[in-house]
Amino acid sequence: MELGFLLGSIVKIAAIIAYFYGVLWVMSLPSRWLKIGGMVVAFGVIQLGLTKFGNFQLLNDFDSGLLFQACAMAMVALGLNLIYGFNGQFSLGQWGFYGIGAYTSADITYRWVNGDARGLIVVGVGTIVGAIILTAIGRLVKKIRGIPVLSAFTLYLIGTLAAGFIAVMVGRLLHPVFQPLLGTNLDPGVLAQGIPMQIMFFLAVIFAGIFAAEVSFLFGLPVLTLGSDYFGIATLGFTIVVNVLMINSDTVLPFPEMKGGRGMVGIPKLTTWFWAFLFLMLVVIVMRNILRSSTGRAIMSVREDETAAKAMGIDIAGSKLMAFVIGSLFAGMGGGIYAHFIGFLSPGSFDFLVSFNPLIIVVFGGLGSMTGTIVSSFGWLFFLEGMLRVLLGQMGTEAPTWRYVLYPITLLLMMLIRPQGLLGAVEWGFLKAKVVSTRPKKIPTPTDSPAVEV
Amino acid sequence: MENSTSSKNILRVEGLTKFFGGLGAVQNFDITLNQGDLNGLIGPNGAGKTTVFNLITGIYSLTRGKIEFDGESTAGQEPYEITRKGIARTFQNIRLFSNLSVLDNVRIAYHPHAGYNLTDSVLRTKNFYAKEDELTDQALDFLAIFGLEGIQNETAKNLPYGQQRRVEIARALAANPKLLLLDEPAAGMNPKEIIELMDLIHFIHDRFNLTILLIEHQMRVVMGICRHITVMDFGQVIARGNPKEIQANERVVEAYLGKGAGHAA
Repeated sequence: MELGFLLGSIVKIAAIIAYFYGVLWVMSLPSRWLKIGGMVVAFGVIQLGLTKFGNFQLLNDFDSGLLFQACAMAMVALGLNLIYGFNGQFSLGQWGFYGIGAYTSADITYRWVNGDARGLIVVGVGTIVGAIILTAIGRLVKKIRGIPVLSAFTLYLIGTLAAGFIAVMVGRLLHPVFQPLLGTNLDPGVLAQGIPMQIMFFLAVIFAGIFAAEVSFLFGLPVLTLGSDYFGIATLGFTIVVNVLMINSDTVLPFPEMKGGRGMVGIPKLTTWFWAFLFLMLVVIVMRNILRSSTGRAIMSVREDETAAKAMGIDIAGSKLMAFVIGSLFAGMGGGIYAHFIGFLSPGSFDFLVSFNPLIIVVFGGLGSMTGTIVSSFGWLFFLEGMLRVLLGQMGTEAPTWRYVLYPITLLLMMLIRPQGLLGAVEWGFLKAKVVSTRPKKIPTPTDSPAVEV
Repeated sequence: MENSTSSKNILRVEGLTKFFGGLGAVQNFDITLNQGDLNGLIGPNGAGKTTVFNLITGIYSLTRGKIEFDGESTAGQEPYEITRKGIARTFQNIRLFSNLSVLDNVRIAYHPHAGYNLTDSVLRTKNFYAKEDELTDQALDFLAIFGLEGIQNETAKNLPYGQQRRVEIARALAANPKLLLLDEPAAGMNPKEIIELMDLIHFIHDRFNLTILLIEHQMRVVMGICRHITVMDFGQVIARGNPKEIQANERVVEAYLGKGAGHAA
């Protein structure tokens, strides 16, 4: 039994990693229709595995749970890889933004199924108005030169508060319109079931992501001017502050439904393979498209050499802020996926000790390798949560804690044998940089070019 | 372009002063560069030459003084803004983006005028592909000019020293500057490489209609290619003139070799 399970788990880990290699390969196919078709097939394969045929189900609930959690983790870790691996900013704040995304999206859907539309309206209007106001202030700050960072920050903060105020007012105004359509928890209205509910979930995750991104903008603005180590400490502080706010969400913050340290229950379980896959792919595609463009090269040049990047006309502060905000956006969306899979949020899962998980995954997979991050996210969850928990669970009730002995040993060995991480900076398929070949074309003035041969 | 008045000031620096704490790294430094100049800035180690470069490019802020580039003061501007106005530089110790490919190193210089924005790159619009191909072609052309064709996909840190220097100069030129600041381009090169470098500097000066200011320790290079030389010592200008005048200047010989050396020679 144990040996069978062990072999089965290893096969599962290998299969899921091979699966993502396949997905990345499909995405690199030359024609658009092949790509879309391939993605649909890739989606369908797992969907079939999750479907029950009589008594047979290839991937049971435990596996699908791991899968969804791993998707969420991959999104968070990809965001961190953008910040740390590609932009070179050592951040421990990723988990805080993940928590913000989880709680925000959970609050939206929880209120929605309980007949309260204000969650969606306030967060939706707040993030959109906030984005507009922040952009406007950004333009203004750029025009009037020489504004100190802290004064600019104050301006942005006032702008955000104004957006929040507008959003709350709009929420009060529109709330009665939605109320009859939502029904109550036991008797859901038109908008609280079926397709509208799915759209609602999509919006909740997107808005939660944008909200996390805006928070990261406000936080990153003053803090990103610090050096790398100081920035790491400041972001760790951020994660702790977010955690403390979660514990006191019903007393300090006006959110009784979050129930503070007791944990938020009753979040609708809306995460399906469709959404998990869609959001993960969205993150992968957006991140790859950013990295394989001029913006991405600017982001990487900041990691390589700040002084040289400055001398090349690259706005260092802007680049750092952009990577930080986009990374947090991904984390927020990952939080949304996680919250609606697990259905229960406890501040304990956003503790600062757990906040090292994405960092470990990113370093394990290889700093600066998206493929490595995806592989190690799935490998990590299936190994640590899936295989070891069950395997050790058979040995006794205390035994599962032994995985926290095996796990550091694995890390230690990894760092000794392959310090650059599993994949180093190697990419695969869709994520690979295009190899540019020299085109046989007009070379300007070949006659008077100097004889430069070394 | 070539017919533009050759006496047009491209860079005017007046009373440039920089203190690090109580130490005057640069004091009352003046220099004027006209369009098309190829001038040298020399001086013993620690004379403040690189500090002058860092002040011109905005990496350090000035304590006192005035810098005018192309008739416009650069006071209070960020280094990247100054670069975008048309000042490019290379570094004394080569500063390539060492883990990126040679091509990417050069393409980064196009970032300020890439012609597409973040939305274009996320959505992969037609504009993105058009502009990206265009700048890739331009970057490849630049590499070809510098004899670096065929190695565009190499990681920059794996190149030999001479090639790294050329990638750095290619990168600086790809930013489309009006003024190029070269900080000890010949450092660590062997005599053969130095001759090639001198050819290269002459070539880029003529071909791109550039103004060049050069810091160099190798007297062969400076005396061979510069038309006008400024000599610094302890943060101050001690002599100006053409190579012949500088070679004959007693204060310069003194600064380099010590008091009395001029008489002994």
